[in-house]
Amino acid sequence: MQTHRLEDLARMVPDGAKLALPVDYAGVSMAMTRLLIARGLRDLHVVCLPTGGMQPDMLIGAGCVATIETSAMTLGEAGGAPCFSRAVRAGAIQVMDATCPAVHAGFLAAQKGVPFATLRGMIGTDVLANRPDWKVIQNPFSEDPDPIVAIPAIRPDVTIFHCPMADRDGNVWIGRRRELASLAYASERTLVTVERIVETSLLADEVMAAGVLPALYVEAVAVAPKGAAPIGLWGEYPADMAEIGRYAREARTPEGFRAWLDGADRALEAVS
Amino acid sequence: MTAVLPRERLIVSIARLLEGVRHVAVGASSPIPAAGAMLLRALAERQGKPRVRISILGSREHNFFTNGSAELFDCAGQGRIDAFFLGGGQIDGEANINLVGTGDYPQTPVRWPGSFGSSYLYFVVPRVILFREEHTPRVFVEKVDFVSAPGTSSDGVYRPGGPHALLTGLGVFSFNKAQKRFRLDSVHPGHTLSEIIAATGFAFDHEPEVPETADPDAATLALLRGRVLTELGETYPEFARQMTADIAGLDLKRAG
Repeated sequence: MQTHRLEDLARMVPDGAKLALPVDYAGVSMAMTRLLIARGLRDLHVVCLPTGGMQPDMLIGAGCVATIETSAMTLGEAGGAPCFSRAVRAGAIQVMDATCPAVHAGFLAAQKGVPFATLRGMIGTDVLANRPDWKVIQNPFSEDPDPIVAIPAIRPDVTIFHCPMADRDGNVWIGRRRELASLAYASERTLVTVERIVETSLLADEVMAAGVLPALYVEAVAVAPKGAAPIGLWGEYPADMAEIGRYAREARTPEGFRAWLDGADRALEAVS
Repeated sequence: MTAVLPRERLIVSIARLLEGVRHVAVGASSPIPAAGAMLLRALAERQGKPRVRISILGSREHNFFTNGSAELFDCAGQGRIDAFFLGGGQIDGEANINLVGTGDYPQTPVRWPGSFGSSYLYFVVPRVILFREEHTPRVFVEKVDFVSAPGTSSDGVYRPGGPHALLTGLGVFSFNKAQKRFRLDSVHPGHTLSEIIAATGFAFDHEPEVPETADPDAATLALLRGRVLTELGETYPEFARQMTADIAGLDLKRAG
């Protein structure tokens, strides 16, 4: 498989796409965020597995998002997600509030090619009350009344995430971050950015192979060193808490968010 | 009598509320619950009781999971997690919790991060400890504006889990599921029953005289200030540093 440029990957995301993104600690392709924003994408339906942070917050701030489906939006220790909170107050986005295992269940159903998966809990919550797409059904194996929630399969058009490495065949090493596999199994196309390309097949060694997402599920790979920054990447580098904190403060106003984005663009040009 | 920090009382209270659990999970950014769980583990080891497992989400040193972020929920659904902690921007007298926001949903004027796993874990983890340091009427309300997770469920709904206790900066409550009411079991030293009544937006049961939350004995306190603080520093360095400084401050105050 040829490796692509980041710009090529960004072009594979159309307006209105259902775009799935991983939780911060699993490997977020922050390198793709500014390129998606620069494309002026509109009406994205973003699905966070199972929560979202700075990347979906920036996409919301830039006006790319119509709908967000997530169990939470947070910058972790840096506080709440500023653009998300502002968009909710203004009624500028539709929020499909979820709970973490329900999002996992939706991806699992897609992975299995079945219409839904069932899950305990949630009955009597306002989360369920505000999700008409989730149905309470009777457990068909029980003689007694036993309500259980059916979660429809989540089939994203595109998934984007970041990992330490891929090989020349397009196999990607996800380690024990199995939610990245869930994302890829469920999605039509999966776009991956990596710190580096290795020259030997990741499937050659059984120890490494256990943590590999095979190329079968991968549409395109691009190299982006420090591609998760300022969010950290497991086994590679920690989060830059000072920079995330600066974002949390500056993005509190639309003007501050724009100024932060312009500054980040300049920094990007300086290194490229 | 050794002086005890308010936060040390919270940690000791958590260890007491966890007595007997085999596997406790702790959410990310929860240093006080994590410290309480670590103290329980250290105490169990000292007393020759069965090993206590701790899973701290987002920690590399204290996390066994290898199946991604779904594993915690799978584990909980199978009954493999005995205790978990939940907070809430609002908590009401029936132990309903709100992690979403205040005012009319969905365009809430104050929006919090979201429900995370609460809408599930509250149902399946047997011993959920509600923990919120801030004890004010804006947190402890008559009725939550949004139910992220309900305190109780109607008959016929699968509900092996639920609220076990509520710990705040002012006191410790237990929860009666049949009556859907909290009961104040103890008041932290330096605070009063009338202060708690004024700070709580819902009615709760209590004896005419409510006992003080007991201070830890010297051996427990030594374990907390030694081994537990060291372990805590691996995952929450800033919190552990601050607590070490506060403990040193206590000693200075006594010396002066």
